Amino acid sequence: MPLIMLSSPHAHGGDSIRMTMFTVVIALLPASIFSVYLFGWLAVLMIVTCMGVALITEAICLALMRRPLTTLLDNSAALTGLFLALTLPAATPWWMAVLGSVFAIVLGKQVYGGLGYNIFNPALSARVILLISFPLNMTTWIIPMSVQMGATHGGMDLYDLSQCLTLFFGGFDALPAVAQHGLDAISMASPLGHVKTAATLGISAPAALASYHYHLLDAFLGFEAGSLGETSALALLIGGIFLLARHSITWHIPFSYLGTVALLAAISSTIAPNQFTSPMFNLFAGGLMLCAFFMATDPVSSPVTPVGQIVFGIGCGVITWSIRSFGGYPEGAMFSVLLMNCAVPLIDHYCRPRVYGYAKEKPEQ
Amino acid sequence: MPATLRNLAQRLGMMAHSFPGGVHPEQHKVSGATAIEVNALAPVHILPMKQHIGAPCSALVNIGDRVLRGQKIAKSEGYVSVPIHAPTSGRVVKIEEHPIAHPSGMGMPSIFIETDGDDAVDQTLEPISDWLNADPAILRERARMCGLAGLGGAVFPTFIKLVRDQRFPIETVILNGIECEPWLTSDHRLMTESATEILIGMRMIKHMVGATAGLIAIEDNKPKAIAAMREAVAAVNDLNDVRVVELPTRYPQGSEKQLIYTLTGREVPAGKLPMHVGIICQNVGTTKALYDAIALGEPLTERVVTVSGDALPRPANLLVRLGTPARLLFARQGLEDFTGLQIVHGGPMMGERLKGPDIPVVKSTNGLLALSANAMAAAHTVEQPCIRCGHCSEACPISLTPNLLADQCRSDQFDKAADYQLFDCIECGCCSYVCPSNIPLVHYFRYGKGQIALTRREQAFAEASRQRSESRDARIEREKAEKAARRSRVRQTHAPKPDTSKPETAKTDNATATNSSNTANTKPEEHS
Repeated sequence: MPLIMLSSPHAHGGDSIRMTMFTVVIALLPASIFSVYLFGWLAVLMIVTCMGVALITEAICLALMRRPLTTLLDNSAALTGLFLALTLPAATPWWMAVLGSVFAIVLGKQVYGGLGYNIFNPALSARVILLISFPLNMTTWIIPMSVQMGATHGGMDLYDLSQCLTLFFGGFDALPAVAQHGLDAISMASPLGHVKTAATLGISAPAALASYHYHLLDAFLGFEAGSLGETSALALLIGGIFLLARHSITWHIPFSYLGTVALLAAISSTIAPNQFTSPMFNLFAGGLMLCAFFMATDPVSSPVTPVGQIVFGIGCGVITWSIRSFGGYPEGAMFSVLLMNCAVPLIDHYCRPRVYGYAKEKPEQ
Repeated sequence: MPATLRNLAQRLGMMAHSFPGGVHPEQHKVSGATAIEVNALAPVHILPMKQHIGAPCSALVNIGDRVLRGQKIAKSEGYVSVPIHAPTSGRVVKIEEHPIAHPSGMGMPSIFIETDGDDAVDQTLEPISDWLNADPAILRERARMCGLAGLGGAVFPTFIKLVRDQRFPIETVILNGIECEPWLTSDHRLMTESATEILIGMRMIKHMVGATAGLIAIEDNKPKAIAAMREAVAAVNDLNDVRVVELPTRYPQGSEKQLIYTLTGREVPAGKLPMHVGIICQNVGTTKALYDAIALGEPLTERVVTVSGDALPRPANLLVRLGTPARLLFARQGLEDFTGLQIVHGGPMMGERLKGPDIPVVKSTNGLLALSANAMAAAHTVEQPCIRCGHCSEACPISLTPNLLADQCRSDQFDKAADYQLFDCIECGCCSYVCPSNIPLVHYFRYGKGQIALTRREQAFAEASRQRSESRDARIEREKAEKAARRSRVRQTHAPKPDTSKPETAKTDNATATNSSNTANTKPEEHS
């Protein structure tokens, strides 16, 4: 029989870790379903693999540390797996998904002491490890719904399980289309990547977007190249609003994060429209929505105080926009979240709210 | 709504002040419609020697003594203390330790009074009918003599608050009829049934502290109590400055500091009392007891207790004599078998979980709950790691960061915890209530506070010892020096000197010197 506290209170609101995590999984459903719609069997394979491997790795870690396996039921490992899957490109081979999931659980979470003790967001840290280790695979974006969207010759049918299995387990070279026409037959650049490449060639941002046939509505709905769960701003917004309504997250981080990016983009694109992209483009591009509503708000690695959360969000926004505008990588959302994760203890210390009964200036002892 | 916007709206007067955080626990006010019933006298009443915050009392009676109802049986020791009175007439049968309402099952020396059934009353205290013209100091002394302590549960001696101080003029008297704890309905019933007496009690307080305004704060889940109090206020002609305020139901609205902020927008500075911001706050039950003490001359010997809980067949509000064993009250309401049940003294948010029902009703007993294992299960599951969701910070009514504090207390970083204002925690339990990981945060805070208090006491003790030892060393040094000086002077006087300008001093010095040398000489002789 476990030791039971005699101390008050003797009532409880009924919240549990399991429900908290499950709520986030539910909130990710729109994005997950949309990813299946876009990328077909590849999305299914990726999500199942990542979640399964994350759970198995977690179980092995718990067994090695002689901790109760019931911790598996708190849904946190499954959620990490789902997060990772949604941040990966659709064409990621199986072994990379497995490696990423193991990284996420072992290096991202368990080495720190398990749930609640990790400094960084586990899924994001695993994704960054993968990105740095395998840059080619991690920046090759399959054309979503390639056949349906009118890819003529050599495109692959993502709703065909056998083709997807071939790609997933065999890699690009196993696909006849790639063997015939090269990687370009099935892949395309992401809007952010296209703009970044164009910038290095001296093409202005509006011209680059025009040549990309960029449409804001497509980006908002999600019909563009990108990682599995990142493409649709709409699906992510639905999930984010669900989280806000369920009180799983507060408005502070997503609003300050998105607001900062939008504000910086608005100012810069007004001053130098040829060099910088518009705020709307920035909001809907890349992993910003996913990071703002789901990654940056990860409770474990974000500040607990309201003011701290706003500082955290602004910091994420500044870093994201800076990397996108000036950095070597086209996308900076995940780096920004990881970098700000480092600052969380400091932010928490300095952004504590004013305690009842203390004057505004400084608390006296 | 964002906190900053809310603050702005409150500043501009567009919105009532409201404390941050708080929770909305299930109300469970099942006994709200049940009228107060008078509980029969118990065969034996057990009166612990400490029923208030402060120094314990010492017994004034001996075994075998006959006592009357209202007779003082224990006197207060120290300023922060109030005496205890016999709840009924009878004989003192024993004075020994008996468990009190404490989670550890700890005991306290108690006076056992065997009831004789006459319920004869000690008539020594005269009613003060003309209290409006009475000296506030006399009324204050009456409140002390009658053993009044805050009946809301904190049992702070009432007379200490009822003071007129030129430096801190009191403007507003606040009557606390919030009763935000789930299950409890004793204040609710008292306001509904004794509104007039409570109002007179409030006017007594206003007279005593010299306040002009009065506010009676009631949560909106007690419409009957609100109506009754409003009626009572309307019935008195010249009470334009007394208002009944209806506040939205939220826990812990009834906490003194939160209530003051909600009603007036003022914050009680840390380490200060409400009187420092011109406010006195009293529970409605205490106010009724003050009325009884002054207008009727009755000391505090009974109180209203809510007996409730999901395991109790007939929840009720009972007017109970102090010292009545809780087991009798549960039995009266149809509960005899306590296996698998949890007994809580007070409300579920701040009350004490007891080892059993064998404790007497004391001045702080506003409720006695019998809860099933199911009702307690959610609160008492095993602690899981903190996922830093921040719900505790949101729920904290005084804006602490409970999860950081708990980390510090758990890892014994008490200096840091004190720096994070651990001592401002009011232990309301909102943080533990919302915690998805079931972390007993309040428990950690109590542990931390206890450890810091212990360290501070030890430090104070060490400091006192150090000073004692230093002053002793200094004294020995001084005496040595004096002795040496005397010796040298004696030597000088004994030395052949032609000049004797100061014969007086020389003589006395000589005398003491001879004395001391005599004693020094005699001592070894005695031994030999």
